[in-house]
Amino acid sequence: MDTEIALRVDGADHRLTVDTRTTLLDALRERLGNTSPKKGCDHGQCGACTILLDGRRANSCLALAVAHDGADIVTAAGLAADGQLHPMQRSFIEHDAFQCGYCTPGQIVSAVAMVEEAATGWPSAVTYRHPDGTDGTDTGPVDLAANPDEIRERMSGNLCRCAAYANMIPAIQEVARS
Amino acid sequence: MSTIAARVMGQALDRVEGADKVRGLAPYAFEHPVPEPAYLSAVRSTVAAGQITGIDCSRASAQSGVLAVLTYLNAPRVGTDDGELRILQSDQVAFRGQFVAAVIAETSEIARHAAGLVRVDYRPRPHDVELADAHGPDQLRVPQQIWPLFPIETDKGDVDAGLASAAIQLDETYRTPWYHHNPLEPHTTIACWTTEGVTLYVSTQYPAGVQHTVAEAFRLEPAQVRVRSPHVGGGFGAKLPRHSDVILAVMAAQLVAGRPVRFALTRHQMFSQTGYRSPTIQRVRLGADTDGRLVAVAHESVEQTSRLREFAEHATRATPTMYATPHLRTRQRLAALDLPSPTIMRAPGESTGLFALESALDELAIACGVDPVELRVRNEPAEHPLDGLPFSSRGLVGCLREGARRFGWQPRDATPRARRDNGWLVGTGMAASTYPAMQLPGTKVTIRATPDGRHIVSLAAVDIGTGTRTALAQVAADALRVDLDRVELRLGDTAYPPAAQEGGSAGISSWGATICAGADELRRRLSTEYGDTVPADGLEVTVDMPENQYLGRYVMHSFGAQFAEVRVHEETGEIRVPRQLGVYAVGRVVNPKTARSQLIGGMTMGLSMALHEASVLDPRYGHVVNHDLASYHISSNADVGAVEAYWIEEDDPYVNPMGTKGIGEIGIVGAAAAIANAVHHATGVRVRELPITCDKLLP
Repeated sequence: MDTEIALRVDGADHRLTVDTRTTLLDALRERLGNTSPKKGCDHGQCGACTILLDGRRANSCLALAVAHDGADIVTAAGLAADGQLHPMQRSFIEHDAFQCGYCTPGQIVSAVAMVEEAATGWPSAVTYRHPDGTDGTDTGPVDLAANPDEIRERMSGNLCRCAAYANMIPAIQEVARS
Repeated sequence: MSTIAARVMGQALDRVEGADKVRGLAPYAFEHPVPEPAYLSAVRSTVAAGQITGIDCSRASAQSGVLAVLTYLNAPRVGTDDGELRILQSDQVAFRGQFVAAVIAETSEIARHAAGLVRVDYRPRPHDVELADAHGPDQLRVPQQIWPLFPIETDKGDVDAGLASAAIQLDETYRTPWYHHNPLEPHTTIACWTTEGVTLYVSTQYPAGVQHTVAEAFRLEPAQVRVRSPHVGGGFGAKLPRHSDVILAVMAAQLVAGRPVRFALTRHQMFSQTGYRSPTIQRVRLGADTDGRLVAVAHESVEQTSRLREFAEHATRATPTMYATPHLRTRQRLAALDLPSPTIMRAPGESTGLFALESALDELAIACGVDPVELRVRNEPAEHPLDGLPFSSRGLVGCLREGARRFGWQPRDATPRARRDNGWLVGTGMAASTYPAMQLPGTKVTIRATPDGRHIVSLAAVDIGTGTRTALAQVAADALRVDLDRVELRLGDTAYPPAAQEGGSAGISSWGATICAGADELRRRLSTEYGDTVPADGLEVTVDMPENQYLGRYVMHSFGAQFAEVRVHEETGEIRVPRQLGVYAVGRVVNPKTARSQLIGGMTMGLSMALHEASVLDPRYGHVVNHDLASYHISSNADVGAVEAYWIEEDDPYVNPMGTKGIGEIGIVGAAAAIANAVHHATGVRVRELPITCDKLLP
């Protein structure tokens, strides 16, 4: 069965007809030709397909396109407005926080969203244990630059088989610091 | 030979394709825009061995949007003897998960749904899928070849007498599990069959290999097969041999000639279609004096292969290179099982073999009361322990010393369970690493000089994430003695001259040596024919990779030393690795930035190998149960602590004109042993079977 939906992707409006079985990821990649989000597992296990979905990071392979009619989507391509790389993208290049590049757009979208989440005080499993014995559910903004374990925890939904993790930490810390 | 002067080599440059990759704009195989693509979805066997007794495609074929269904009844006969590639050729099933049918449809959703409607009936045969000690000598065989060419068995002196006479004797068995590569980019192909031939976009480490395999299988001339692989989302060996997914895609493309066919393996399918690292059962026997000097080393390994294609994990390959000993023996045996074929996976042999050998060395160090670093220094050979040849360079002791200094190895109380910190047992461990420095045959390069000072360097090499695009351009700039912006490097397309595979840590060495030869030839011709001025229509040379005159006169290896700190929770057995540190002797480092990434990537994959990964076989059905990234756990960000990689300066004039020895694999070698040894130091528990999980550490 086909259904028509509207999507705003990286600032551009699209109307498209999709099979109701089509994931948001396949709608982007196969229907709209936006291959910035990647298909690594199609099961929400690797994070390569991470996009900003109405402002929050989401695995686009786990979302059905018909369920997101009217959604505002930002991919890693859209983070680089007017051809200017996002500070997170520049920092990933400078710190060599990727190798093959396949998980990278998802990592970067995830990192951009994660910095915002931490700044607004969203807790994590690490926050919960720290600081100083409090339960961590109301700790206010989390200082990522000073807490690399927070970054490790909050970025663990994005797998990197090349294992550039040790370079992602300073790359993200640098952006968080500024 | 002297190494070429480094002006651009040695600079820590950013990846040239970085801006594309961080935006997701670098196209991987599946992503190339093609007109009106059709989509392929595969059906796999549900028995491990047997015969297909019936295939009913009627429901699949009746689906709107289905273009064709492929089975052994209508598939073209392929012209290859490679059993793994001979899919859909008969009613026989050789392993569970083997392709038995496929659907071509207008969309991926239709193809996938219709593939589920194909009904296949089987008459199963009893299968043999478990590698076990129970495999007796009559079921084991000697491998035919150790890739690419290493001795299958080695003998020196009288090992049995040496072991028997040794003051300290050790005899232990170590096991490593199945591992799957799991590059984040699945194996993908776009195939387009036309009257002229076939064009393929493939995620591969070896475009020229795909070209020749497809040409042979479909009875085409190689020139009729064009393979393009501009960007590859990781490989780790899985994308080096040709697998049946490419054959299936080309079969489908032939059936719907004129329409490009897109085929991506699902993550599930990658656990049966793209190779894996064989489990190993390794017996290591060491004999030593009381001061730790080795008298005898015996290393035997049993591994599995398939009935379709032989591959030996060659876990004993590195052993003869490591330590001085008068008596040495290595043996390898294979069991051919009703399973998919294993293949090369990052440091095949070394990574599994040195888990065993370097764990055994640690056990020997404890038995002798000698510090593990000092034990290895004591056993440093003056020349290759097996054949007596000199090493072209051997930096192991330098790496051990520098690593111990940087890590803060001493002071160290060797007593297990001696350090506690807030409920955690803390330990440190180390291991040595090696990997052969190779050049692989089959590379040509074309260099075109233009009158405006540019140099276009073309070859069908690939960048699978190693940094080839950047580092090989740095090599070319120095080979041509020009600035980097005067070099245009063209890769990833068989329209360019053929290139050896990206494998064996030999990419830069093989391709770079050829570029150096091309630069020499260009200079010679410019000098003798053109008065050192590039003619108006440019000058082009094409050369083959030169022979290395020092092969057979020197043994060429990289070396390294790995250190790890491990914390094990006293009550839960939870294992954390807050710090890994490696120091390597890898010849000249072309790009310190991308090289460091390669090394820490290897070390982290070693951590993953040590603690997280294992493919679990269901012996009833012959398949891997945990066939996804949720249950086959690869290290995630939260699993990884500080990972530091360094190298010692090394000028090796014998390996190649750049002095490079390869860096892609050595980082994983020894990493698991360093962690296992640290776990022993922390807990007193010696884990001889990977992965090290908390259940193995609890009393």
